[in-house]
Amino acid sequence: MIIIGERINGMFKDIGQAVRDMDPKPLQEWAIKQQEAGANYLDINTGPNTDDQVTAMKWMVQVVQEVSDLPLCLDSTNYDAIEAGLELCKKPAMINSCPAERPKIERVFPMAVKHNAKIIGLTMDAKGIPKNADNRIALAMELVAAADEFGLPMEDLFIDPLILPVNVAQDHAPEVMEAIRQVKLLSNPAPKTVLGLSNVSQKSPDRPLINRTYLAMVMACGLDSIIADANDDDLMATAATGEILLNQSVYCDSYVKVFKSR
Amino acid sequence: MAFAVVKERYSSKVNEVVLGATSEKGGTRSHVIKVGGQTTLPYLHFEGEVPNKPIIAMEVTDVEPNWPAPLKEMFKDVYNDPTAWAKKCVEEYKADVIYIVLNGADPDGANKTPEECTETVKAILKAVGVPLIVKGCGEEEKDNEVLTKIAEECAGENLMIANAEQENYKSLAAACMVHKHTLIALSPLDINICKQLNILINEMGLPLDKIVIDPMIGGLGYGIEYAYSIMERVRMGALQGDKMLSMPMVCTVGYEAWRAKEAYSEGEEFQSWGEQSFRGPLWEAMTAATLIQTGADILLMRHPQAVKLAQKNIAELMESNKY
Repeated sequence: MIIIGERINGMFKDIGQAVRDMDPKPLQEWAIKQQEAGANYLDINTGPNTDDQVTAMKWMVQVVQEVSDLPLCLDSTNYDAIEAGLELCKKPAMINSCPAERPKIERVFPMAVKHNAKIIGLTMDAKGIPKNADNRIALAMELVAAADEFGLPMEDLFIDPLILPVNVAQDHAPEVMEAIRQVKLLSNPAPKTVLGLSNVSQKSPDRPLINRTYLAMVMACGLDSIIADANDDDLMATAATGEILLNQSVYCDSYVKVFKSR
Repeated sequence: MAFAVVKERYSSKVNEVVLGATSEKGGTRSHVIKVGGQTTLPYLHFEGEVPNKPIIAMEVTDVEPNWPAPLKEMFKDVYNDPTAWAKKCVEEYKADVIYIVLNGADPDGANKTPEECTETVKAILKAVGVPLIVKGCGEEEKDNEVLTKIAEECAGENLMIANAEQENYKSLAAACMVHKHTLIALSPLDINICKQLNILINEMGLPLDKIVIDPMIGGLGYGIEYAYSIMERVRMGALQGDKMLSMPMVCTVGYEAWRAKEAYSEGEEFQSWGEQSFRGPLWEAMTAATLIQTGADILLMRHPQAVKLAQKNIAELMESNKY
């Protein structure tokens, strides 16, 4: 399970403020904290209230790379900001994200190939997020075809079937699980899969419980990675245990501990 | 249509471990030897890197061993002299490394003192320029005394010291850390214990590239397939990024092969098996060949003819098959 730490995001108050003040400290603290907790990538999102997304993204990439050697996941709807960030990344990064819409595909895929970056491809288009698994798969297929067309290695495409909050869209959870299973049948080698896990528990009272329960369920469907709270110890322990029970990694008594130091 | 070679891309690689130390690094070896470093399964040169060949360490014991006739025959002139024996292995049989087993330390046997054992190791260090692997007698308490003494007296030599086990690893791990040696971690044909032991040793502060895995093996005909599949799984773990399984592997080929009756039996009761002097070394060579296929990096061997066959096998496997 690839863990993409979600915390360096301008939607969080402390990060939003830090980005506005150009104060590197909160970003760097969270970079270190997430790395120590077992994150494999660090998501970088400027947040909505930034005037100059390009400048903000460049600055964030720089200050985070000063303290962490983890690869980054550049999270923005502003592709100029992502491209500016990619120029500065020391390790092959991930682009978060690209929907199954032709103009955006044409903007993002060539940029990813040029920078040896991975892409999170969303199963949504201008009409929004589909209600069922079948329509999610249809959009995933367009992203798979795009990878083939633009020469992106299939294992560098991460399909995100988009989970919605369980308190408002309960019927989506099983559909997403089915979509995760079916994505693996779209090509050989298959694309990878990813979920923005925390979304499932938006505005519910016991978010960690919902997050880790759903994580175990989607892991059983073959999910490869999550954008999540790397500092939720129980969540990380669930991921570690899931890998053991899926026979993806070798059991030993200290397996939870070593999961974090991978 | 053009033929496309299917290649697997692995995310990680086997640790590269160094045996021995030259004077620049505080030792006295004429050269060092590296093992490990592979980025693909054994000998798939077309897919990844196999930077170091598997090496052969020839076994020498500090007291006269009770070995079967074909072995005795080969070493009868040096059987009582570990220094001459080691020299013969290096000069005549081109052993990459000497594997000295201190059976003489056994409290139920010669009960040699830690000082006497240290003298033996030092004499061999003086006689040959190759790196050394040093194993105790197998009695935990005595081994901790003997091997920590040797580690201290030979500080900086980067000896490979055997064996740390799940119930007895602390003194040896500490000794290797302080005096700059490498440690062999032995687990009883059990991949879960293998991984756990590596974690425990690493937690004490010994770096991962100072640890080598002895997965324990069975000889040909005596459970070698169990060892084979465990080693295969260890290697897959290493290539897929499991740092706690990324160590090179060492195999007690000679010890296990010559415990098989197909090797040690003199043949009166099994006439159809043919001459022991031919059959025994072949048994050892086949045991080695099998384990080389599953990723063995260090082979601890006994009979010169078996060594010769293994050397030939290794040379052939190291030829590039890139295309």
